[in-house]
Amino acid sequence: MSADTDPERRHRPIRSLVAKVGLDGHDRGAHVISRAFRDAGFEVVYSGLHRAPEEVVQAAVQEDVDVLGLSILSGAHNTLVPAVIEGLQSYDAFDEMLLIVGGIVPDEDRERLREMGVDAIFGPGTPMRDTIEFVRENAPRRE
Amino acid sequence: MMTDDDSGQTGTSERNDRLVNALLDGEHRALARAITRIENREPGYRDLVSRLYEHAGSARVVGITGSPGAGKSTLVDKLAAAYRERGETVGVIAVDPSSPFSGGAVLGDRIRMGSTVGDMDVFVRSMSARGRLGGVSTATTDAITALDAFGKDVVVVETVGAGQSEVDVVRTADTVAVLVQPGSGDDVQMLKAGILEIGDVFVVNKADMDGIERTVAELTEMIHRRSDGQSHADPDEPAVNDASWQPPVVETVATAGTGIDDLLAALDDHAAYLTRSAEGERRELDRIAEELRRLVRNDGNELLEAEIRRRGGIETLARRVRDGETDPYAVAESILEPLRDCLGPGETATEAEGSAPERE
Repeated sequence: MSADTDPERRHRPIRSLVAKVGLDGHDRGAHVISRAFRDAGFEVVYSGLHRAPEEVVQAAVQEDVDVLGLSILSGAHNTLVPAVIEGLQSYDAFDEMLLIVGGIVPDEDRERLREMGVDAIFGPGTPMRDTIEFVRENAPRRE
Repeated sequence: MMTDDDSGQTGTSERNDRLVNALLDGEHRALARAITRIENREPGYRDLVSRLYEHAGSARVVGITGSPGAGKSTLVDKLAAAYRERGETVGVIAVDPSSPFSGGAVLGDRIRMGSTVGDMDVFVRSMSARGRLGGVSTATTDAITALDAFGKDVVVVETVGAGQSEVDVVRTADTVAVLVQPGSGDDVQMLKAGILEIGDVFVVNKADMDGIERTVAELTEMIHRRSDGQSHADPDEPAVNDASWQPPVVETVATAGTGIDDLLAALDDHAAYLTRSAEGERRELDRIAEELRRLVRNDGNELLEAEIRRRGGIETLARRVRDGETDPYAVAESILEPLRDCLGPGETATEAEGSAPERE
């Protein structure tokens, strides 16, 4: 029996921030993923629309989330994602956070984002199960 | 093996040292991590809170409650900005209910909080109620301690005014503001359900809507009746408000920022009243007493839960009662016996009623 299933231990849900960063106004996906995360038992802090990278960083740091999900449909991921990562690094908060990006990211950009430290990129049509499973398996286990 | 607290004592102790030092140095990440430890009841969190406690005690704590959609988050956002304008630092704890089905929660209060973007001196933390009975208020109290120790001048606690645990949450505040919206019969119902008694300041938000005069009038009347009827209140229940404080009714339009200065003035007035009257000290004593009771009760419950598990679990015991082998009182008695032997008989509620057999 692992420590996590020990009945003596408090239930500790995975904490996530689902953030709409940048100027696109399409938040349907972010809503759907927020609800799916909730139904999976996660705690979801939802940012609302049109957040600047610094707002996302502020929220992620203050909320001390395990998982940051950035929803970007504007195509500006090549500037927004590095801005968020740098912000998190300035608070020493990036290393222990799982960073996932949802949205339309062309293949040629994916490798670059991964090199920056994005843990996964989920494009349109990704089954919700896969995303949730990925988060469950990869969310940082803190001591 | 009741708690994890004594496992790896030195490890957690050193970790807490580092965390507390970083927090006192003003590192936001350390503050965030401390609140996480507190919220999760992680090993060593008690030691952590104990260490923070000596650095706390200077923050003013404002509780804001109201029905869903009354505009709490927007108001808190504007209030935080107003405090910042005066040069004060702000902590916000926004409590949201969690889903009773999955235990998950969507914490949406941040959506409305855009006035203080990029200003880390407003530290907003969302918390889910996580379905723990009484657990939210303990976690909130401890999180307030962390924000206080960090050096926040004001800590605002925001919660839906729906049930007992939410009421307990706002009662951890020095000053409680109750938010209502015009023309809402629901809000009047809510006030009947015990929210009225805890308000020090009433805020009619969305004051640009129709029906504002009537809502203000109704509210004012209810407040008057409240102070008249205080003598009829349950004597065991400490009156939350001194009769010499008449809760003001403030009108705001949170989205436009109208009336925020009035609200700020009303909150300041109440803080001043607490300082000059004996009420402030009494409230603090009440609060600490309640916290002590809660801690003792929680730990006591856990000890008893463990004892129940040792005796085969609650279901086994329930089955024995169902099968007619024994009765609930006898089972409860047998579980409590060792405790009573240890602490001495004392006077339990049942004995006070005279419905239980005498014990030597």
